Amino acid sequence: MDSSNVPEFTPKHGVPPRLRDYFTGASPFQRQLASVRKQTPFGQTPSRRKIPQCSPLQENIDPQKIAFLLHKQWTLYTLTPMYGFSYTNLKQYSTLLKCFLAAEKQKGLAVEMGEDFNFKVTFSTLSGIKGTHRDPAAFLVQIVSKSQLSSKNTEDKVVWTGWFCSVHGDSLLENVPDDFTCLPLFLANGAESNTALIGTWFQKTFDCRFTRLTISAFSLSWMAAMWTSCNLEHYGTATELLWSVPCSPQSLDISYAINPEDAKALWDSVHQTPEEITQEEVDLFIDCLCSHFHRHFRINLSATRLVCVSTSVASAHTDGKIKILCSKYLIGVLAFLTELAIFQIE
Amino acid sequence: FTCRTSVVMSTREADLSPVIPIIQTNPLAWKMRQITSGFVPLNWKYGQNDKEELEYAEYNESEALCRALEHIRMVKEKGSVEERHLRTVEDIAWKSGLAPEDIDTLLDVVLSGPFAEAVKNRMLKCLIPATLIPESAVVRAFSRLCASNCSNNTKVLFCRWLIAMFDFIDGKEDMNSLYGFFFSFLQEETMVMSDTFLPALLFLVKPFRVRKLLELQSKVGMQPYLQALLSLYKSFCPNLITISLPPKRKFYFKTTDSIWQAAVYIVKERNHKSLLPSVKLTIGTAYSHPRKKKWNSGCIIPVPTSSHISKEEQDKEGGSSSLDVMLSGHKSFPLEQLHTFSQLLDNIQNIELPSQMCSVLKSAPLLHYLNCIQDETVWLRLYYWMSQELKEGCTWCKVSNYTSEEEFRKFLDIIISAQCFLQEGFPSSEAFLYKSLPLWDGVSCRAEYLQLLSWIPLGNFSEIKPLLCDSLTQLFFTSSIYHKCSVLYSLKQLLQNWLLWHAMEVSVKPTDTPMIALNSVSELISYVGWLSTIALRLESNSSFLLHFILDFFETVSDMYLNYNLPLVMMFPRGVFYPALLTSDTIALNHLCYIMYRYRVNLTAAKENELIRQERLKFNKTYQEFNEYVTALVDCLWTSTSFEKDHYLYIDPQILEKTKIREYKRSLNLINHPALLPYSIYFLLQVKGYWSGFNHFLLQIILQTRKLRQTG
Repeated sequence: MDSSNVPEFTPKHGVPPRLRDYFTGASPFQRQLASVRKQTPFGQTPSRRKIPQCSPLQENIDPQKIAFLLHKQWTLYTLTPMYGFSYTNLKQYSTLLKCFLAAEKQKGLAVEMGEDFNFKVTFSTLSGIKGTHRDPAAFLVQIVSKSQLSSKNTEDKVVWTGWFCSVHGDSLLENVPDDFTCLPLFLANGAESNTALIGTWFQKTFDCRFTRLTISAFSLSWMAAMWTSCNLEHYGTATELLWSVPCSPQSLDISYAINPEDAKALWDSVHQTPEEITQEEVDLFIDCLCSHFHRHFRINLSATRLVCVSTSVASAHTDGKIKILCSKYLIGVLAFLTELAIFQIE
Repeated sequence: FTCRTSVVMSTREADLSPVIPIIQTNPLAWKMRQITSGFVPLNWKYGQNDKEELEYAEYNESEALCRALEHIRMVKEKGSVEERHLRTVEDIAWKSGLAPEDIDTLLDVVLSGPFAEAVKNRMLKCLIPATLIPESAVVRAFSRLCASNCSNNTKVLFCRWLIAMFDFIDGKEDMNSLYGFFFSFLQEETMVMSDTFLPALLFLVKPFRVRKLLELQSKVGMQPYLQALLSLYKSFCPNLITISLPPKRKFYFKTTDSIWQAAVYIVKERNHKSLLPSVKLTIGTAYSHPRKKKWNSGCIIPVPTSSHISKEEQDKEGGSSSLDVMLSGHKSFPLEQLHTFSQLLDNIQNIELPSQMCSVLKSAPLLHYLNCIQDETVWLRLYYWMSQELKEGCTWCKVSNYTSEEEFRKFLDIIISAQCFLQEGFPSSEAFLYKSLPLWDGVSCRAEYLQLLSWIPLGNFSEIKPLLCDSLTQLFFTSSIYHKCSVLYSLKQLLQNWLLWHAMEVSVKPTDTPMIALNSVSELISYVGWLSTIALRLESNSSFLLHFILDFFETVSDMYLNYNLPLVMMFPRGVFYPALLTSDTIALNHLCYIMYRYRVNLTAAKENELIRQERLKFNKTYQEFNEYVTALVDCLWTSTSFEKDHYLYIDPQILEKTKIREYKRSLNLINHPALLPYSIYFLLQVKGYWSGFNHFLLQIILQTRKLRQTG
């Protein structure tokens, strides 16, 4: 047998390497731990960020594919680095995943690899969805149910879609050896049961782990500010913030809709440093909105929790659902989500 | 009578002989040879004077068997077999089993002779080995089975027999080549319907067989035995086939056939243990969750499964490479079947790491394996998984509510036992500790969580301190005495682990003493000293707490000699004096023992080169020790501790106010309150000698002590 299949085995060495040896040498692992130790407990995100920009790489993307990603509600997940994933094997993965799904759906019946079913699974790369050239290519997985009629007119129906991406994910990347593929953000649209099956397959096959990515009120206020600051020719929808009042038995939601031009004007009055957004500006922006509300309705919104932000750029819900509306700022939105995902992983 | 003697014989032989007892083989084999060559033995008893009776019974039995077999062998036409002989064979077989040669003969006769089916079946059923079944007999039987037109019933019975007796076959190499025949039986409907076939015992998975089985599946539908077989195929060859089993069912194959169950048991008993390691195949059900849980909720540890995508396939450009992989002869040992350490040793070159690294946590052989491979990615895979899992499962961080405290506790237990096994902490559990400690309430999963503390790897303490000590100190001072004790206990474990690691390091590279270890250990000790001093004041010198503190410093006192660390550190005064002035016997005793160990260590350390070089630094330790010894002697021995210029000097005016008479002597060996139990113990021991006097004496001692102390 080929010796390269077996992890290097060293019975001759007197002392096998201990786990901590990997942490004392100048290995990626050491940097990993250094970053762990540097981190303060749960919290502390950067206090200034760049205003989302149009990415030059975005021009590579097939506009049809972009259109496909927009205006859909995506459930967000984080994904730890995938071990042993290879872009050259996408075709094989689709066969394997298809058989896995078939076997799971008809529990107890064995399935031969390469058998045909009434659905197919496709893997395809989404070139261009990346922040820098170092980001690994994003890819898309779809379950397509084949139409029963054999006529070519009827189109195949997409049952489930999920895509993996990393935009400006450098901070995670630099700690990880080449055997791993870092696509920390996963977005799914379709039945949860399908997400569960596909997630299980990925977890089993690439030794990674999916976790739901929830967005804190703090991050939502950042989103509100960042997305308001985007320059758009025309605004599709009103800027709307949803606040939740924790009261029993049912929580009460307060919807706060503003004309997008007004929101932009408010932001411009708050915003000072060009190309950058600071924590103070975000706080001030939200405070202004809250005090305006208080003046009119005598309700103190700072005592409630921000649960949803929707603007013409995108809308996000605290339970980890997002809808991207504007293709121009797609990369910008994804960059922030990638940052949140990496923060959750590390 | 015959039965009893043969049992006596067999157990006796089994007891005496360290090798596998072979009961009747030799005389019978000799006899068989004689018969086949035309001789008829004249006198069985000849030459055997001792054990005569026993031997007689033995020969009697074998003679009968021999005659019966001879008769059966001679039968030329159907129906002419004598019931008498058949019964003899059955009786003997069920009583003491058949020797390998007899099984060979009988099998041969049964499958080739002209018997009625009922007779054949009867004879097949009595094929019970006394010790082993020769492989050659099975192979020959197979060829007979294929050549003659046996009925399906007979074939089924033969297969059932083979499966039940599989462990007793003395070799399996040739058997493996018969797999195809076995497999061909599958196609016969009736064979399939009797759910007992188990050709998977002789595994050789080939693509065309998979296809045959799938065809069969489409014919008969979901049959448990077929599912089991297919899932075994999957574990050996995941790139050809996939199946997910419903989680409820547990038993797919009958383990032993009821016909032979008792017989197999007796044979195993007789052989003391199974002669060859029994091949037990396990079938992994999809996930063994206790109850339905979300697919990605925390704290689920999957069973080890082989990777679905082998390395070869990775290199190729997808497509139909599965067949090539099969033909290339690359065989890896499926992890699903790895259960014991000896299996690991036998297959160590063919073991591939599991597809999900976390599954090693539950498998001892795989943890052994991890211990000896050099692959950084292994730890990184484990790291990512574990940090997510801990974060998700942690009940007080409330990232998600999928896991209960009980589940999280069990999960922590598994991690801790793996850490103990590997003798080092996982970096993910260390990181988790730092992150979750500020949020911890100090109650949930206390025992488990604090154990994570004791596995923090030896590193720079000044780096660890801000992450760990700030929150830990707060929790420590605000919690109950039991919490304090468990924290101290964990810190003691931490110190021990650090010292052990250091000792190991030194034993590998004896030349350099890592200064990091020295500094970290000394910082840890002073941190614990500081904690202890304040804790003793907070808990008003509780003797329970004092025990844990002294336990810690017992380890400290022996660092130089036990762990080869050129460092001796004294405990703070805040620990020494409460332990000296305690009313608790064990604490004082413990203190004296620690002082003794300090002395031994310090004396030995004087010789150490490093300590000699840095004498200035260590002089302080010697001074401290001398101070403590003087105080100890002043107090216990010379009763001068309260005098001027002594360590326990207190203004006499204040001491007068306590109204203790003779306060000077109240803490010496005779009067120390902590030593009172020793006086009583002494008196209770000598009770027998001066029974009347003794009670009187006890009263006096107690009275005088009380008077002295209360004034």
